[in-house]
Amino acid sequence: MKLLSFLRWSALAVAALATAAHAEQKLLAAQSEIGFVSKQMGVPVEGRFKKFDAQIAFDPKKPEASNIAFTIDTGSATLGVPETDAELPKAPWFNVPKFPQASFQSSAVKGLGAGKFEVTGKLSIKGNVRDVVVPVTLTQSGATTTATGAFAIKRLGFKIGEGDWADTSMVADDVQVKFKLALSGIAKF
Amino acid sequence: MTNNSSTRYSFVAIALHWILAFALILMFAVGLYMSDLPFSPQRLKLYNWHKWAGVCILALSVLRLLWRLTHKPPALSDKVVAAMSGWQTLAYHATHGLLYALFFIVPLVGWAYSSAAGFPIVLFGVLPLPDFVSPDKALAELIKPWHEITAFAMAGLAAMHVAAALKHHFFDRDGLLLRMVPGTGSR
Repeated sequence: MKLLSFLRWSALAVAALATAAHAEQKLLAAQSEIGFVSKQMGVPVEGRFKKFDAQIAFDPKKPEASNIAFTIDTGSATLGVPETDAELPKAPWFNVPKFPQASFQSSAVKGLGAGKFEVTGKLSIKGNVRDVVVPVTLTQSGATTTATGAFAIKRLGFKIGEGDWADTSMVADDVQVKFKLALSGIAKF
Repeated sequence: MTNNSSTRYSFVAIALHWILAFALILMFAVGLYMSDLPFSPQRLKLYNWHKWAGVCILALSVLRLLWRLTHKPPALSDKVVAAMSGWQTLAYHATHGLLYALFFIVPLVGWAYSSAAGFPIVLFGVLPLPDFVSPDKALAELIKPWHEITAFAMAGLAAMHVAAALKHHFFDRDGLLLRMVPGTGSR
């Protein structure tokens, strides 16, 4: 019984330590950007999310043990045009009252060398969950680690732009998601 | 150079005049209509068509100006000259000059607004055109009213132009209109 008790305590201690280590890893939201580029009749239109947060447990030396989770406030989406921004929270687009947040949860992180990683996970928008593979490049400067990358999603797979707006000759199905995330507390690599 | 003694505009000048006349009227009507539409695919479609057509009209206007500069228009007949008072002759030159200026100003202001607002023009959805000015929201707001104002100025001048042409035709009966009427080449 003594041994079992010891093991249990050890497990708890390790978990606590791990949590402490991970708690130091923070997203510096003010220096981070999550943007997207959609194409309207061939015209690239840039948008971004103003509010998002992340829970990150990432060790560049042991990327496969990482856990990366994001939440994005869909109501914070903006194209910089007031008339359009008034439409984005409505049901055909992000349906913010019903789905106030989009989320990403990693399932695997692979190191590709030279600061490059491949994050696989599930992206959930408007209650639709899709697998995505996200290439990430890390650069470190002082205590800040910057993660940049871009990947494409199919907007119709998430039902973003329903009804009349489902017409891909008006708004292309492919949407580029781009991000620049400033993180603190990531170990040197 | 065309024959100075000709009493009619050249075929190219006549063709460009009428094609652009109808194109500009249509653009003006579509412009008025689309700006009142609510956010919809229809609105997006019309805005893009309007921009594409505007670029085509601008290109035709360049052609038209070059043609005008290299082909002397037919001289006004004595009858036409006699029908015009001093201020009317002045108004005739001023209207034409201003219309030509607006053929370029109106589309270029529209293009500048589109660029400043961060919506580059992609001709026919495939050919990205260079930004006329760099994206700048404050600048966009400054430019915004001027596309409409200059378009209305052009519409007003065009109305004067039509009124004057009809005056010459129905009141003065001096044959001025025949210089620009299509399909009477044998005259």
